[in-house]
Amino acid sequence: MTSAKLTTSACRAHKALMRGTMASTAKGAVLALGVFALGGCITVNAPAEPIVIELNINITQEVIYRLAEDAGNTIDENADIF
Amino acid sequence: MTPLNIRRMALGSALAALAIGSFAAPALAQRDPAYAAARAAGTVGEKMDGYLGIVGAATPELQALVDDINIRRRAVYAERAQAEGATLAEYSFTAGCLAISRTSPGEMYQAPDGSWQRRTSAPPMRHSSCP
Repeated sequence: MTSAKLTTSACRAHKALMRGTMASTAKGAVLALGVFALGGCITVNAPAEPIVIELNINITQEVIYRLAEDAGNTIDENADIF
Repeated sequence: MTPLNIRRMALGSALAALAIGSFAAPALAQRDPAYAAARAAGTVGEKMDGYLGIVGAATPELQALVDDINIRRRAVYAERAQAEGATLAEYSFTAGCLAISRTSPGEMYQAPDGSWQRRTSAPPMRHSSCP
């Protein structure tokens, strides 16, 4: 899935940050290493599920509004069964 | 007036009648008298799902009438849903919203809680997803 791609890009960003931090102080390097090891790669997938649910609701509502005009014409054209 | 002119006029009026006839045909399709009477009496009502329902006790005649209408509605919904790239449920629900809106005072419709309501002059109670 897309998680592999996300993990790769997240790690690459932290490596670049690390190079800059190590040049200044060792303390900064340790901090950056900590962020790289704990934060970046683990939390990526967490919010995926709630976002998907919200999207489905929006699509359904959008479809109903899109169909409204056609459905109105259908009722007019089939007045004998409505 | 020469015979030729008379023939031309006859042909013209025949074509005009044909044109009027073909345009007027869809508007001539009206409710069956038994269906119109059932609606007015409130023995049938518009459901939220876009189909007709029986309000109260079902009789064989009423059931046959409602089944006939609903089979024909379903065929129309299926055709239009496919043309619009929507599902049957999406299309029939949308049509149900509109059919409830278009009920006349005295006719029955289904409220969002599933209960039957008699339409008054006020707007009907509709599902929150209705357009």
